[in-house]
Parts: sequence; C-alpha cells; structure tokens
Amino acid sequence: MNEILSLAGSNLVSPIILSFALGMAAALARSDLTIPEAVAKGMSIYLLFAIGFKGGVAVSAHGVDATLIMSLVAGLLLSFIMPLLAFAILRVLTGLTATDAAAVAAHYGSISIVTFVAATSVLQGRMIDAEGYMVAVAAVMEAPAILSALWLVARSGGSGRIEPGLMREILLNGSIVLLVGAFAIGAITGEKGLEEISAFIVSPFKGVLCLFLLDMGLIAGRGLRQSKGVLGAGAVGFAVLMPMIGSAIGLGLGMLVGLSLGGIVLLMVLAASASYIAVPAAMRVALPEANPAIYLTLSLGVTFPFNLTLGIPLYLAAAQIVTGG
Amino acid sequence: METHIAKRVEIVIEAPLERRLAEALNTAGVTGYTILPVLGGSGRSGKWSREGQVGRAGMVAFVCLIRPDRLDGLLDAAFTVVDKHIGVVSITDAQVLRAERF
Repeated sequence: MNEILSLAGSNLVSPIILSFALGMAAALARSDLTIPEAVAKGMSIYLLFAIGFKGGVAVSAHGVDATLIMSLVAGLLLSFIMPLLAFAILRVLTGLTATDAAAVAAHYGSISIVTFVAATSVLQGRMIDAEGYMVAVAAVMEAPAILSALWLVARSGGSGRIEPGLMREILLNGSIVLLVGAFAIGAITGEKGLEEISAFIVSPFKGVLCLFLLDMGLIAGRGLRQSKGVLGAGAVGFAVLMPMIGSAIGLGLGMLVGLSLGGIVLLMVLAASASYIAVPAAMRVALPEANPAIYLTLSLGVTFPFNLTLGIPLYLAAAQIVTGG
Repeated sequence: METHIAKRVEIVIEAPLERRLAEALNTAGVTGYTILPVLGGSGRSGKWSREGQVGRAGMVAFVCLIRPDRLDGLLDAAFTVVDKHIGVVSITDAQVLRAERF
C-alpha cells in the first residue's frame, strides 16, 4: 500500500502532471491563457511522430514474434468489446438515451494516445521496459469501437449510420497515419535512424509533452466549466469506474498474451483510456443526435485527468502486484 | 458602377462535415464558395473555442454568393448535410459586380 501511495505521490508532482494541473486550474479560474490551435496541432504531430518512431525502433531491435500478433488481436478485441460493456453500465448507472450512451461507449472502447504517451514516460522514469509494438496496438484500437457503437445504436432502433467515406476517414485519420507511418520508418531505419534524429525526438520529448498537457488541461478545464448541469453523478461515476474495469480486463489479456510488465501496464492504460480526438469527430458525422457535451466532458474532463493522476500509478501498482514484477 | 442582385448564403457547420457539404454543393452545381475557419462561439449546444484544439473540432463557415434563381437548389443540397447537425444557415440579399461570375 505504501508503495502505491509513494508511486501515486511521485506521479502527482511530476512536471507532466503539474503542467496539466496548471492548464486545468487556469481554465477553471477563467484565465486568458491559451495555446494557439496551430501550436497545439504542431505539438500533437511531434508527439505522435516521436512515439511511433521510437516504437518502430524497438521492434527493429527485438524483431517480430507471436506475442506481437497476439497483442494486436487483443487490442482489436478490447476495442470491439469495451463499448458493449460501457453501454450496458451506462444504461444501468445513468439516464442517458441509447444514442448518447452508445456515443459515450465508443469513446471508452477507443484510446487516448496522450494517456499512452504519459504512461510510457512514467515507465521510462522507473526503468521499466515495454514492448515497442504497443504503439501499433494503440493504433489498431482507435477505430473498431466506433463500429460497435453504431451497431449498438442500430440495435436500439436508432439511426446510426456508416455513410460512404466514413470508414476511410476513420482508418486514414491523420493521427493513425502518422503513428503507423512513423512506426514503419522507425522499424525500417532502426537504431541508426534513431541516432540521426534523437536530438529532435528524444531530448525535447518530455518538455513538449508538458506543454501539450498544459493545453489538454486548458481544454479539459474549459469543458468542465461549460458543462455544468450536463452530467449527473451516475455519468461521472461511470467515467471513473469504466477505466478501472477496462484496466482490469487489459491486465488479464496482457498476462494471457504474455506481455512484459511494461507491456501489460500499457495495455491496461489503453483499455482504461477514452478517445477525445478521433472518436468525437466520427460521432459528429455518424451520430449527430448524440450530445457532444456529454461524451467530451466525460472522456476529457473526467477520465483523462483520472488516468493521468491516479490511474497510471494504480495500474502500474496492480500489474506489479499481480505479476510479481 | 453597375451592380447585380445576388444571394449570400452563409452556412456555419461542424468541421467534420466540411468535406460532405463541399461535395453536396459541388454535386448541386454550386462550385463557387469560400470556406472560413470560425474562432469560436456560443449557441444552443453551449460555448466553444478553436483555441488549443488538436482534433477536427470546431466549426467552419461556407460563404456562397449565387444568382437568386439558384438559391433553392443550393439550399436543398445543403439541407441534406446540415439537417441533423449543429450549425446555422442564413441568407441575405447582396449586390455583386461582374454578374457572369455567379
């Protein structure tokens, strides 16, 4: 228990978390602090490229094995199944309509790449290695949840639809293309490639992540401030409960697949996190009747801060206890 | 200077719908329009701002200037896309130079 508290404590006072807290506090206090849209997008491109590239380099060093394929399948399964579970829990805990519940469920089946990046940063700080291909697992988990959510709506008599072009947009979403593309470049060029650009993608990484999380804090804080009265206690409870359920399933699957301690933690984080970039855009096209204030506030305003501050150390501690690592 | 009567149609719509609206307008033969980024705003769905966004969040504004007799075709095409979505469609009378361009 002391170990968990100490891990949570040191995580809370890291520059990454404090930057997020600063952004959230500034937004809640109605400060005029803002990060320009172009800067935020630039930092997002940098982080995706760096994390994808480093993942590819790790795969080039260790090679491809059966665990990689099994991990990808586990990620796909998680993304398809988690929305069904989230939908059932939402229908019990909240009074959300089937359409709103399905839209929220899609977010919880998909992933937050920033939470993933923060978790890799925590693992690196503790000298815990993880499989580089977990980046690829993150990429395959982005889209299937959207299909599950649309199926849930259709089953409930709603009008969720996959119109022509939507699947292409989801699968060729900029963040997926960049993540997978950078992963491929890293895998092809290996350690030599990394050496050539490490001054750009390794050293400044944590500093950029801090600024990016400052922006995430500002967006989350603004969302919370503007969504007063939109969310009930049941919905907020769901946004904390669901990551823990997801992480427990991720823990089981990670052990089943045979991942290392670091890999298990990353799978737990992926299963626990909720999308706030790719899925909201898809939901606006496929489920326009769903209220964006509900799903964005839950995923970005509640689950994201929870995972960042308490979730990641909790998942790491749980994985260490269960695996004896 | 001689001016000509035209209609100015402004459609503010969610950014993820941009491509779909552009395609619907093109299909309806409306090939002249301008797309503008919208900084932020407030409406029935609450306040929002473009600041700091990394996804395809926010809104865009389509501005079309057309001959009055083409207005119904444009609105029919736009309505198929904007029907269920957050946004605003407004029409105002306008005067343009060089009528042959509209």
